[in-house]
Amino acid sequence: MNVIRAVGRVWLIPVTLVIWEIATRAAEQPFFPPPSATLARMGEMWLSGPATHLLLTDQALDDFGPSLARLFAGWALAAVIGVAAGIAIGCSSRLSGYLDPLIHLGRAVPPPLLVPFFLALLKLSTPAQLTTIVFGIIWPILLNTIDGTRTVDRQHLETARIFGFTTTERLTRVIIPAAMPKIFAGLRLALSLALILLIIAEILAGSGGLGYRLLTAQRTYLYTDMWGCLVVLGLLGYLLNSAFLLMERRVLAWHRNARQTT
Amino acid sequence: MLEITDLVHSYGSHRVLDGVSIRAAEGELVCVVGPSGCGKSTLLRSVAGLIRPTGGRVLIGGKPVDRIPDNLAVVFQDYSRSLYPWMTAANNVALPLRRRGLDRQRRREAAMAALDQVGLADAAEKYPWEMSGGMQQRVSIARALAYRPSLLLMDEPFGSVDAQTREDLEDLVLRVCAHHGMTTLLITHDIDESVYVGDRVVVLTRSPARVAADLPVGLGESRDQIATRQLDAFVRLRAEVGRLVRGGSSTSTVLEKH
Repeated sequence: MNVIRAVGRVWLIPVTLVIWEIATRAAEQPFFPPPSATLARMGEMWLSGPATHLLLTDQALDDFGPSLARLFAGWALAAVIGVAAGIAIGCSSRLSGYLDPLIHLGRAVPPPLLVPFFLALLKLSTPAQLTTIVFGIIWPILLNTIDGTRTVDRQHLETARIFGFTTTERLTRVIIPAAMPKIFAGLRLALSLALILLIIAEILAGSGGLGYRLLTAQRTYLYTDMWGCLVVLGLLGYLLNSAFLLMERRVLAWHRNARQTT
Repeated sequence: MLEITDLVHSYGSHRVLDGVSIRAAEGELVCVVGPSGCGKSTLLRSVAGLIRPTGGRVLIGGKPVDRIPDNLAVVFQDYSRSLYPWMTAANNVALPLRRRGLDRQRRREAAMAALDQVGLADAAEKYPWEMSGGMQQRVSIARALAYRPSLLLMDEPFGSVDAQTREDLEDLVLRVCAHHGMTTLLITHDIDESVYVGDRVVVLTRSPARVAADLPVGLGESRDQIATRQLDAFVRLRAEVGRLVRGGSSTSTVLEKH
């Protein structure tokens, strides 16, 4: 039954591919290479290297290495800053009174607009790219952490008061675990935003990476290369999200189960 | 042990407690019963130091409650919001014991002993959401026991469980409170329960709450769910409390007016 259900879910993918293949072959437009050509080109670009490098070509290392490093560095940085600041703001009504308007103002600024500014400010492209990513994705983490910290069940907090938990215990044993589901929701949203901002930052302040590759391919009329980049970015986003969900399911097992039973 | 004198509390202009005085001697189990919404929970929260009452005084062991006392434990009605769902039963029970200066090993032992007392020795590694409501409330009680408070407050502790579980928990509370000689203030809206569990029953009036009556139960130490509830004394007292809760005046001679 499970096999049938699984097949039932994915059958649309090969069907779409086949229709696309037929349509693009018939149309013979340079802008729309057939998926088979795109796949072949992707293999050629990235997966025709020596077996000792897991078939990865030098170009694959040049494209994926810097991009993935920036993606994870930016995301990790935003996570650390966002969660720490979010907990502080969520715990202090005074702090949030001062900062709430600023946060909502900062969140409203479209981050790509700031790339030229960051580039002018930081000169080097990598710090400017990282800053762009962090600035763009920190908001969902920050806001969700603030919300999660603020909405800890009153009885959970009262229990902590009754039993005289220290500030550290209250924070690490009660507030943070209770806020975890919302923090994770923020982190997941931030991860998908990070991929978008990474590409924007690499296109606008490029020096290597997938976004830069995408831009060069487009400028040199290598549309099959460009399509290869688009496909691989889609796959990357899908994989990152799946990996994150897998981790979330392990860390927040209590939350999923508690919600199912009550 | 516990002295509540002329306790007054208002939320804004809405007066909830209107001069409530209750005393509990060392080791006594006092039930406070009253109509729903009469301010019972406000009373408990004032005694626990969770809110600062508008007026009056609460002394525990002769000391005024100006912040949350360190020798007090609370069992709330809503166990699912009082236990931490991200911790196992054993960790829920053991966590407050850090304050007692016990090391990890000792905390663990004390938690296991308390869980054993409430009949949950096998469920130590279970999470709250893996347990029935009655089991979760037992964990709450175990947490309070392990903490070794001199005053135990219970806020409608059996209000969210089924009838059979309720009876089991009532007997459990009677047993462990007697065993530890804990002074206990149990708040309930259930007339039958207040008479069955209490050494004394304090009846509150409709909001704003005053003490309508303070009745000694006098059913002796050992109680039995079936036999005790058949005793004439039980039936009479239950009727008496029932009339008082409904706002009628007392006809009995055991009444001590405050």
